[in-house]
Amino acid sequence: MNKTPWWASESFWRKVAVWITGGMLVILIFLTFDTVKKITAGSSRVPAYSVINKRIYYRFNPERGFMEPVIGDDAPLFGKMLSEEEAEKLVSLGKMTIQAKNCMNCHTLLGNGAYYAPDLTKAWLDQGWGAESVRENMMVSFLMDPKTNGRGYGTMRRMPNLGITEEEAHGIVAFLKWMSSIDTNGFPNNFKTIPQEGDQ
Amino acid sequence: MSLLKFDYSSLTPGKKLAVKYFIVAIILFGAQLLFGLIAGAQYLVPGLFYNKLDFNVVRMVHINAMVIWMLYGFIGSVYWLIEDEAQTELVGYKLGNLAFWIFTLAVAVVVVVYLFIQIGPGNQTSLWLINEGREYIEAPRWADIGIVVCVLIFFYNVAATFMKGRWTGIAGVLVLDLVALAGLYLAGMFYTPNISVDQYWWWWVIHLWVEATWEVLVGCIMAWSLMQVLGTPRKIVQTWLYIEVALMFGSGILGLGHHYFWIGTPEYWLTIGGFFSALEPVPLVAMVVHAVYDAGKHDFKNRNHPAMAWLIAHAFGNFFGAGVWGFMHTLPQINLYTHGTQWSASHGHLAFFGAYASINIAMWYIAVQKLRGDVPFDSRLPHAWRWKSALALLNIGVLGMTMALLISGYEQSFIERAIEGSTWAGYFKAQTAKWFMQGMWWRQVFGYATALGYVLLVWDLMTIGKDVPQSVIEADRKERLHGQKTRG
Ligand code: HEC
Ligand code: HEM
Ligand code: HEM
Ligand SMILES: [Fe+2]
Repeated sequence: MNKTPWWASESFWRKVAVWITGGMLVILIFLTFDTVKKITAGSSRVPAYSVINKRIYYRFNPERGFMEPVIGDDAPLFGKMLSEEEAEKLVSLGKMTIQAKNCMNCHTLLGNGAYYAPDLTKAWLDQGWGAESVRENMMVSFLMDPKTNGRGYGTMRRMPNLGITEEEAHGIVAFLKWMSSIDTNGFPNNFKTIPQEGDQ
Repeated sequence: MSLLKFDYSSLTPGKKLAVKYFIVAIILFGAQLLFGLIAGAQYLVPGLFYNKLDFNVVRMVHINAMVIWMLYGFIGSVYWLIEDEAQTELVGYKLGNLAFWIFTLAVAVVVVVYLFIQIGPGNQTSLWLINEGREYIEAPRWADIGIVVCVLIFFYNVAATFMKGRWTGIAGVLVLDLVALAGLYLAGMFYTPNISVDQYWWWWVIHLWVEATWEVLVGCIMAWSLMQVLGTPRKIVQTWLYIEVALMFGSGILGLGHHYFWIGTPEYWLTIGGFFSALEPVPLVAMVVHAVYDAGKHDFKNRNHPAMAWLIAHAFGNFFGAGVWGFMHTLPQINLYTHGTQWSASHGHLAFFGAYASINIAMWYIAVQKLRGDVPFDSRLPHAWRWKSALALLNIGVLGMTMALLISGYEQSFIERAIEGSTWAGYFKAQTAKWFMQGMWWRQVFGYATALGYVLLVWDLMTIGKDVPQSVIEADRKERLHGQKTRG
């Protein structure tokens, strides 16, 4: 009987498996260090939480070929300028509420989650809130009582009342505003924003 | 157990544990389908259980039941095969049994809390006691810790048994893979307000589970099953296993990047994720070739036709669900429009069913044959129409749902993502489009077919092999004595 050629032998492929796996892991770990640095709040792609003190736009960048968030002038949320710590606390309350109320099993955030309700990545900039001047309060009252303040656009699909307190609603709005400032490489594409002061 | 004519008491300790895990897996599979049907119905009748059992709760139970039943199925499968592979008895039956009951009790408590408490106020206590609100790994933190402890006990049992008995190539891959699988779970156990960081690590759990460690785990199960059902030589299955590990980890680890296109992560992931994930179908093709080649080489002769059929269904399901459906939306140029639409649900259903439900079902048939006193499950099997109809209904059901979701997904991509730009109004424009809604209806219809297939499957597992005539059992025994191991 002829011997198994080296390229068909068990020990050769075992070595290949070990080296490839190890190599890929090393690359992934290296990339992870770089990426985590670049997505820490306060970086250029993921702004600091105090960005909620500013106006946020979503504009087409011809150089990059897609839309990106642009940070504008002061536009304090609920009329109050917050320090970095205060802002983080508020955004964190929002995030925690979003987890505790299980929003992601109806909605997508950054496109991940469930498909029963609209994507919330740019919810802060949605034209559904009518005008910049009333947006914040509309969002709060919607979140606290979506049954009464919902749209449904001709469907019966509505968001349930989740027992969100006013404080939690403020946190959620802060979180949504902050999330809309994340540079997501152009997702969602072609999103049409609410008219804001300073729009060109 | 005598009522069902199960031969439980003569099983070895590992196989006894395995059967327990399988039974819970089968029950949770049923729960998954039930809640899937409710979630699907809520698309069609939006007022259904409004503010009582809302879509988010139903969906959470649907996908959590799936993750847990598959983990139970895998743990059971490993317990089932380990004694044959290590050629010794399981070392820690008592400990394993204790872990089984703790795990099962924890699952029961979590489900009750999901259904009756559902949600909590926005603070850490809710995340520790009710749910963590992160898709697939919603289990509250206390349960996470419980899961880790039970998996560690399982891991100890596996490693120690191999160490005491025979250490094989399959053993080596399996043990290392289980370390990775358990370790990855830890990446999902922390809180951060930063959604980009959150999703970065969340995908480590989800993607590196289903597209790396779970794939290799089922590779091990498949390797063992092919030896078991077909009698393929060890040298061949192990060489294949190494090739599959090399290809799977070689593409799947950096393929993780296909989830890092749009979550705030740097642009280089568009290239890395697109390139490596596009290679992920390669090992899946290799697996089909392997399974079909081995089966063909043995003229498809074997003593367990239902198990063999489900193994083949696994090979193809994995290839189509993960490989083809995954590939179709994995390039960033396409994913920009399909991301987070019914398109993803289409892929998710075919991949999870094709890759992981199917191989678990194959293992259940392997186990049930033993429980029936190792009677032949071949062409002489009475009531074979039951397993065949279950196979057909489950596969047609899931395939039908997949096609329906694909059509809805395309409509949604075109209308919501491409034309309307994913606004609130744009979302509803797509949801109300005629062809989108048609897809939702067809999904429901095929969902019922799937559920019917499940009922048949359970019935079949409870009755298969009971009425094999004594003459057939005798003939089979003689055939095997004469070295004629298999029969078509
Ligand atoms: C049971 C499913 C469900 C859950 C849970 C849910 N939502 Fe909604 N949500 C909806 C639906 C449906 C709509 C569309 C409502 C309408 O148009 O009346 C919606 C609409 C919205 C909108 C407006 C849409 C937009 O594009 O701006 C926001 C903001 C929102 N939800 C936030 C949340 C937050 C935050 C949570 C968690 C605290 C949450 N939702 C939980 C179903 C849900
Ligand atoms: C058995 C293996 C696989 C399973 C079980 C699986 C399952 C899933 C599931 C459930 C999702 C949706 C996740 C969510 O809820 O957000 C998903 C997303 C995705 N999968 Fe897979 N998958 C598998 C393999 C693959 C492969 C091999 C590829 C590529 C070739 C792939 C490409 C993708 C992509 C690109 C997404 C993101 C979809 C989006 O942008 O919304 N998958 N997968
Ligand atoms: C009885 C048949 C079933 C029905 C009616 C059904 C229905 C559903 C529904 C409505 C969702 C929510 C999708 C959304 O967010 O809009 C869902 C999600 C999901 N289901 Fe099912 N399902 C069924 C069976 C299955 C089976 C057999 C599997 C796999 C074994 C499965 C795996 C999943 C997965 C992985 C998700 C998450 C998908 C994603 O996020 O992309 N389902 N299902
Ligand atoms: Fe993936």
